[in-house]
Amino acid sequence: MPSRTIAPELQYADLAQQGDTAQLGMWVFITTETLFFGALLFTYFLYRNAYPHQFALAARDAVLWCGSVNIGLIMTSSLTMVLAINAAADGRRRALANWLLATAFLGVCFLAVKGFEYYLDYGDHVVPAVNFIAKPGEAPAGELFWVFYFVATGLHAIHLTIGVGLVLYILLWRVRRGEITSVYYAPLEVVGLYWSFVDTVWLFLFPAIYLVGRS
Amino acid sequence: MSSVAVELPPNYANEEHTIGSWLLTRDHKRIALLFFASITVFFFVGGFAATLMRLHLATPQGLLQPSVYNRMFTMHGVVMVWFFLIPSIPTTLGNFFIPMMIGAHDLAFPRINLASWYVFNLSGLVLLYALVMGGVDTGWTFYTPFSTLYSNSYVFAAAMAVFINGFSSIMTGLNFVVTIHRLRAPGMTWVRLPLFVWGIYSVSLVMLTATPVLAMDTVLLAVERFIGVGLFDPRRGGDPLLWQHMFWFYSHPAVYIMILPAMGVVSELIACYARRPIFGYAGMTIAMMSIAILSFFVWAHHMFVAGISIYSAVVFSLMTYFVAVPSAIKVFNWTVSLHKGRIIFDAPMIYALGFVLLFTIGGLTGLMLATLAIDVDVHATYFVIAHFHYIMVGATVSAFFGGLHYWWPKMTGRFYPEMWARFAAILTFVGFNLTFFPQFILGYLGMPRRSYTYPPEWQAWNVLSSAGASILAVAYLLPLFYLGWSLVWGRRAGPNPWGATGLEWTTSSPPPKENFERTPVVKLGPYSYDPERGSYITQDGVRHA
Amino acid sequence: MYQWVPFWPRTAALNAVVVNNLYIAELGVCGLIMAMVVGMMVTFCIRYRNGSAASRAGLAQKTWHFEIGWTTATLVAFLVLFVWGASIYIWLYKSPPGDIEVYVVAKQWMWKIQHPGGQREINALHVPVDKTIRLVMASQDVIHSFFVPAFRIKHDVVPGTYETLWFKATEPGTYKLECTQYCGLQHATMKGEVVVMTPPDYAGWLSAQGVNQSLAQQGEALFREHGCSGCHGLNSTVHAPTLDGLYGSLVHLQDGSVRRADERYIRDCILAPRTFTVAGYPPVMPDFSGQIGEDDLMKLVAYIQSIGSQRVSR
Repeated sequence: MPSRTIAPELQYADLAQQGDTAQLGMWVFITTETLFFGALLFTYFLYRNAYPHQFALAARDAVLWCGSVNIGLIMTSSLTMVLAINAAADGRRRALANWLLATAFLGVCFLAVKGFEYYLDYGDHVVPAVNFIAKPGEAPAGELFWVFYFVATGLHAIHLTIGVGLVLYILLWRVRRGEITSVYYAPLEVVGLYWSFVDTVWLFLFPAIYLVGRS
Repeated sequence: MSSVAVELPPNYANEEHTIGSWLLTRDHKRIALLFFASITVFFFVGGFAATLMRLHLATPQGLLQPSVYNRMFTMHGVVMVWFFLIPSIPTTLGNFFIPMMIGAHDLAFPRINLASWYVFNLSGLVLLYALVMGGVDTGWTFYTPFSTLYSNSYVFAAAMAVFINGFSSIMTGLNFVVTIHRLRAPGMTWVRLPLFVWGIYSVSLVMLTATPVLAMDTVLLAVERFIGVGLFDPRRGGDPLLWQHMFWFYSHPAVYIMILPAMGVVSELIACYARRPIFGYAGMTIAMMSIAILSFFVWAHHMFVAGISIYSAVVFSLMTYFVAVPSAIKVFNWTVSLHKGRIIFDAPMIYALGFVLLFTIGGLTGLMLATLAIDVDVHATYFVIAHFHYIMVGATVSAFFGGLHYWWPKMTGRFYPEMWARFAAILTFVGFNLTFFPQFILGYLGMPRRSYTYPPEWQAWNVLSSAGASILAVAYLLPLFYLGWSLVWGRRAGPNPWGATGLEWTTSSPPPKENFERTPVVKLGPYSYDPERGSYITQDGVRHA
Repeated sequence: MYQWVPFWPRTAALNAVVVNNLYIAELGVCGLIMAMVVGMMVTFCIRYRNGSAASRAGLAQKTWHFEIGWTTATLVAFLVLFVWGASIYIWLYKSPPGDIEVYVVAKQWMWKIQHPGGQREINALHVPVDKTIRLVMASQDVIHSFFVPAFRIKHDVVPGTYETLWFKATEPGTYKLECTQYCGLQHATMKGEVVVMTPPDYAGWLSAQGVNQSLAQQGEALFREHGCSGCHGLNSTVHAPTLDGLYGSLVHLQDGSVRRADERYIRDCILAPRTFTVAGYPPVMPDFSGQIGEDDLMKLVAYIQSIGSQRVSR
């Protein structure tokens, strides 16, 4: 497959500046996302602090094995992403493609487990406003726990879906056209940063949702 | 003044004429004009709501049904805050001139810039949908539990519009921060940046850190509105005050988002029209950055009477006093920047001087609101309305119009008609004061805000305010006409009609698509004006008279 | 005394007198600063207009001295105003016990007042002059705000809790009561009157209302009606905290926290007993949320306030 010569855009002096700037852009974007999820987590902890017992009771119905499998999947996917970036830096195109595929695949597995978990949650009657039934001692804040659960994991799933889309874009569009080379692989690094961020969010959501009151 | 239509040489605006070349452009200058069109539309939508309100309030009986009035003040607030004041200066003047002022050929992420415009318009469409379907009647602050459980209006749609609008803000802010960090021309160190760049930089930092919190606020509001599960309902374990904390955590920095770019513009205007460097450049930049940072620590001053702990109220009052200090420094520095200048009173300068006076009044009354015991009395009365309109309208809109006139020859290659512009600037100042000063008095007398009626003994002040509003409306409409006129019949402008020192004035008027043929090299500070000799020096070291 | 100040609202309470002085001082400081800015601007604009003969030599290069100078000066002035304002605020918002305690329920779009003697009013509040009136306020629905401009007092009335406010009127008369927190369609008409009367007129008004049961007595009836006496009464076999002398004492809760048994605490216990279980007692009190309206809750609170003498708090 031919490798295309990439020229920097009009406003950049060279590719190095372009790549550098793209990464700074992604870091800045990640900062905004941190504040977005941070605001949600902050509100969650505020209510959890106000109703510790009710939140602990509600959290017992969270499907721990799904959350745990998912944390394994997503952390592994971060590893495969890093391996993809290493492969790009070394110019190993086949390895790059494979590791990207693995990353996307792990991401899809995460979403599948999450979808199955939502199905189980529905069966447990914990979906607020849809079929929520408060267990004894849980009212009124127990339902609030589940609101946070669905908002947090839902938003995370949306971000992860976008991430999978970006990985596939890099794989099927950029790598296939030879635009990711050992000289310039900034688009891949930028997606890698985003992917790590989505992983990190789960690292915070997992204990907040699944490990409440289980110690 | 020539009244013959003159053709302009090839430039960014006439290089390509197709609709596609505009709607799919990556040129920051074209995107600035696209944004200019959008925010102007919204300015008149919000202005129309204000016109109806002031017509209604001229008598206690009014003209509108109460439910319509309540929807009017809500839409006025939502449209003016998110669809005019927050985007205006950054997306029009900022987009057009930041790359030029730092010696770059474009912003760091041109496609994101264009996407920001589309996202902005999408959010506008969602809001217009809410408006057309029947409007929102909660006030722009969407206080719970009224907005979540009691309002019979399109709260969900409005919350979604604001949510989407936030992305536009974030994209714009991200672009500016990264551009200013990475794309400065050789020799353009941080301390040589014009103050407008510092204004846009500081505002972008605030936009990036505050807007995501608003995004989460609107998500939670929409969720609560949609499923009513009790997030802010005290009967189900929720806290109505939590909404206020979360909302104001964003919305207080938001008001500084609205003023920081204006402060940057005014520094450019005063330097150019007083023909001297701004007094205290370092102080001005430190002040803007301090305002940006401190703005995050004062949010609960909107909640002094809401039932927060009185000791935390004391802390927030103190922090509010602190955030006023850098603003005071700026006012003194602008005033002293007139000392030993060679002052020219063209329209942009009239707007700039008006800005300083109106901003001072607004800021001083803000101090009165920061004073706890006074706030207990005037909170949620017309005093507060007058205070924030002095800043947002008196100051920000004046700065926007001033900057628009100042940079008009550069953007369009045409002069605006100076006498009409001066007339409009003075009329703005007079109309504005007549509209809003009586509202300070109404507030202290006890007239609550968001009221569709009032006792007859307050009618005189309301009539004065409405009369002023009609003058202000004319003052704001005039530029629409003469600026439009100038596009066809205005006198041709050269590269540097005002004798200003910024890099943007080294290009042709209008500039070419790539801004500079060769990347400029910077050797001097931003305001190399010499009032003693009545000359100025450009970056190539040449002294001009 | 403030009649000479133009466009000044009436001053009819002790609270307002204190705020007036601060307000005028602050207007003075602001006026001074404004005069300085305007003065400098006008002077410079005239003296240094383009084409004038004034000397432009010797432009100040070192600006730090001036900037630190006026920054310090403004900071000092600000801090004085801050301390003054904060101290009045604390005084305004720390409600003292009060000579008369009046209960206010705000709802869309009216003010419902209940006097301790059982008298009820809508959109009017009759009080005697020169007495400290303590208001206990609740909202039945959304956030409202109780505002009397002539007294310079205001407090939001937030659903889900009680807010308190106090004032001491100094002049008989009728004063506007406004709602200043937008609360829906008829927010603008949610107005009332505070009628301040001389003691004999006030006594006359009270007896003319034709009420035979005080608020506490009505509360006692509700206490029995809702079954509270079943557990909390003297002859109960259930292990429940006694309410005699409870009001004003310190209570140790199950989760280790300590609360003072004020109106808010009593309301919280009735509506969310499991969250506020007292230490050492089983969490068996039934939940009355949604079953007792704000008006009735206030009667219960008034009753519990009235029973027993003040317990010694540790």
